[in-house]
Amino acid sequence: MANVFASIGDWVTERAPGLAPMYRKHMSEYYAPKNFNLWYYFGSLAMLVLVNQIVTGIFLTMNYNPSAAGAFDSVQYIMRDVEWGWLIRYMHSTGASLFFVVVFLHMFRGMMYGSYKKPRELVWLLGMLIFLVLMAEAFMGYVLPWGNMSFWGAKVIVSLFGTIPVIGNQLVEWIMGDFLPADATLNRFFALHVIALPIVLLLLVVLHLAALHEVGSNNPDGVDVKHGPKGNRWNPAAPTDGIPFHPYYTVKDLFGVGVFLIVAAFIIFFAPSFGGWFLEHDNSIAANNLLTPAEIKPVWYFTPFYAIVRMIPSFAGTAVWGVLAMFGAIVVLFLLPWFDRGQVKSVRYRGTGFKVALALFVIAFLSLGAVGAGLVAEAIPAWFGNVDVTAWENAFGRTMTLIYFGFFAFLWAYTHFGWEKTKPVPDRVTMHD
Amino acid sequence: MANEVVDHGRRRFLTTATAVVGGVGIVSAAVPFIKSWEPSARAKAAGAPVTQSLKKIEPGQQLIVGWRSLPVFIVNRTPAQLATLPKQDSRLVDPKSDGTSAGQQPKYAQNEARSIKPEWLVMVGICTHLGCVPAYAGEIKPEPFDPNWQGGYYCPCHHSRYDMAGRVYQGVPAPKNMEIPPYHFIDDTTVQIGVGPEGAA
Repeated sequence: MANVFASIGDWVTERAPGLAPMYRKHMSEYYAPKNFNLWYYFGSLAMLVLVNQIVTGIFLTMNYNPSAAGAFDSVQYIMRDVEWGWLIRYMHSTGASLFFVVVFLHMFRGMMYGSYKKPRELVWLLGMLIFLVLMAEAFMGYVLPWGNMSFWGAKVIVSLFGTIPVIGNQLVEWIMGDFLPADATLNRFFALHVIALPIVLLLLVVLHLAALHEVGSNNPDGVDVKHGPKGNRWNPAAPTDGIPFHPYYTVKDLFGVGVFLIVAAFIIFFAPSFGGWFLEHDNSIAANNLLTPAEIKPVWYFTPFYAIVRMIPSFAGTAVWGVLAMFGAIVVLFLLPWFDRGQVKSVRYRGTGFKVALALFVIAFLSLGAVGAGLVAEAIPAWFGNVDVTAWENAFGRTMTLIYFGFFAFLWAYTHFGWEKTKPVPDRVTMHD
Repeated sequence: MANEVVDHGRRRFLTTATAVVGGVGIVSAAVPFIKSWEPSARAKAAGAPVTQSLKKIEPGQQLIVGWRSLPVFIVNRTPAQLATLPKQDSRLVDPKSDGTSAGQQPKYAQNEARSIKPEWLVMVGICTHLGCVPAYAGEIKPEPFDPNWQGGYYCPCHHSRYDMAGRVYQGVPAPKNMEIPPYHFIDDTTVQIGVGPEGAA
């Protein structure tokens, strides 16, 4: 038997001699720093969720009906009549939220350890593109069940483009293919959600990994192991502080997968709507173009960006400013490697100013999320009694918006004018023998 | 076949010409795909005028009718609600509807009450911010969003506020007053939406 496998292997190698070297380059001879910590689980977990979304998504399309007349009923049909349909849909809907959980943590890891800095700017940019496509993918998927929140969510998000002067209204009609979200809108979103964007997403993931493997992984110390001593027990030329991705990190990631699946399974089986955070209650009502739900709020992962739109008033007869600020909130993330001029990567060796600023940025991001989800508007009367809720909410939200953008401005000034007092960076990762 | 002399000028011209012709071809081929996203003939055709009887709308009540898939608010405004309108001017973005909101109503509805008959408000119930349907809050009483509320509309999406004539308040995301559609009265108790008094809009 072994002979058969060996001869099949030889047969393939003769015809595709590049396969084995590719495997070695990306797996068995990809030397990653040996001091990865808990934060390094989220990249591989994002891949796991992507696979989950693709597999469950394929099975959902088998029973889903992409039409304004049939979409809502077909989702109910999947939930009630299709064997195990409820499980497949809950895996898909929970997966969408968990995708953003792991991606947000993955991005925060990059900010904390300076993984966006030279020579990894391209890795960061490709990752940000993945984030952008992921948001489009999530939004369109959210529209497909054609509940009332789907409908009004689609209306509001597409109308963002309507605030662009002159061409706005035509652009909105072009995106929707009608004067309101309708059959045409649902059909094209379905096509984009199941074909176009997943292809782009997969391509970007491949490029993200290829770009990473060109320059090598960063680590919690922000020290480049390639510049450290050479020679480990597998290869005299490889970095001493690197270990082969396979089997060391595949096994580590497998442990992370186990923990993650326990959490995911708990949510899927016991709290699939997560109290209205993963699946909104108003979406259990079919789309109704004459009735806006009492409170439109997007799914939790869009709330920080949504809050920024809400916090900025119209000016000079146009509402485009809020929309520009929201897109700006993503653009500044793209440009993070160029705002930060500091040479020290990891937060472990950076100045106090950076640590405080990063903490404030996280607080601002979470606070904007709370504003966007309507939690702040609920909390104000409960805590402060009979006050002007809108004014208080605006004051709070605008402060947090300022801090969000202020982080990037501060980071630039802090590093550009040399105000940062860094600690000495060690020559090697701190966990070597 | 080996060329003794390479004519670089000729080669550059041919490369550029091929690239330009190919580029024009790709752009032209993209046009049908982009145009296919525009509203179809069927979507454009679904826009006939709507006729509505006003007999059963009590003072202070609002009725929502669908026109071109848009919600149209018909409100029987009370004298108290109408009395609030002149008092709001200083808090509004465009009280006379002649600034940013100049195009938001037909000429025959460009007045304080933004209507043909003061008591009847006929308005497209779409927030000028991002297109939600604002909630009708017609009672003149303190509301959580405004302790000095004079009756009007409150948008659940981004908290824009309008007065009883759909005029937008200052300091909210919406930039313009809500749109008044073309309409006319067929008789005292019947309104037709989609056609102005002087004929088709």
